[in-house]
Amino acid sequence: MAIKKHILNPEKWVSLHADYLFNYTISRVNNHDLAKDLVQDTFFAGLKAKDNFQGKASERTWLISILKRKIIDYYRKINSAKGKAEVKMNFYTDGEREGEWIEERVPNSWDSNLEKSIENDELSVVLDKCINNLPEKYAMVFRMKTIQHFETEEICKELEITSSNLWVIIHRARTQLRKCMEDNWFKN
Amino acid sequence: MKLTCDEATQICDKSQYKEATLWEKIKLNLHLLLCRRCGLYSKQNNVMTKCLEKHKNEDCSKNNCLCAEEKEVMEKKLKENI
Repeated sequence: MAIKKHILNPEKWVSLHADYLFNYTISRVNNHDLAKDLVQDTFFAGLKAKDNFQGKASERTWLISILKRKIIDYYRKINSAKGKAEVKMNFYTDGEREGEWIEERVPNSWDSNLEKSIENDELSVVLDKCINNLPEKYAMVFRMKTIQHFETEEICKELEITSSNLWVIIHRARTQLRKCMEDNWFKN
Repeated sequence: MKLTCDEATQICDKSQYKEATLWEKIKLNLHLLLCRRCGLYSKQNNVMTKCLEKHKNEDCSKNNCLCAEEKEVMEKKLKENI
């Protein structure tokens, strides 16, 4: 039985796949220009590697596999020692009080008109600002999990991190966000 | 058995995604009985989740596609390399 062999047609890549690849990327990196660059890089890399294409997978699947590498390279970069920005610590990390709240990071009670303020349209703006204030790595994982609703397993696989790794990232992101929202929105 | 505040709030975060195990939830609830700070955190965490749900719905449509000019530029750059 003859299996249909896929062929590459770079002339048509942009019109056939740019939107799809862009959507795939933006749901992971949430930055328009960055997503655009990653897609463009994917096309360039595809051109360079086109002789390696064996025609077993569709053109799109093949391009996605290149894009996935680009995204993980990006994640590694923002996670590397060089670009390492950390969230503020909320708990003592050593000594007698290890694991206890650091005094100035202890939650304060919030304004009691909470329900009303959730309906306020500006809430989204403030929340977005707070998320954007997170170091990039935290923002990326947090968004994938919370805004895009990716499965834990999928994020771990794509970014090559463990699930305990993921939960530490989510935990730090959420503690930082809570504090940011307390200071900028729920202040008494 | 006994959790630190750091561990307790981490489980609390995990449970916001309904992914905490039964055992974790038991340990968390024991901690919450004794710790007011984490109790407050836990309560506020539910509010945060509600806010984020709402934010998600507003966030979805914006900034999510390439415009025609951007695609033209992309196409041009690509063709220069073919």
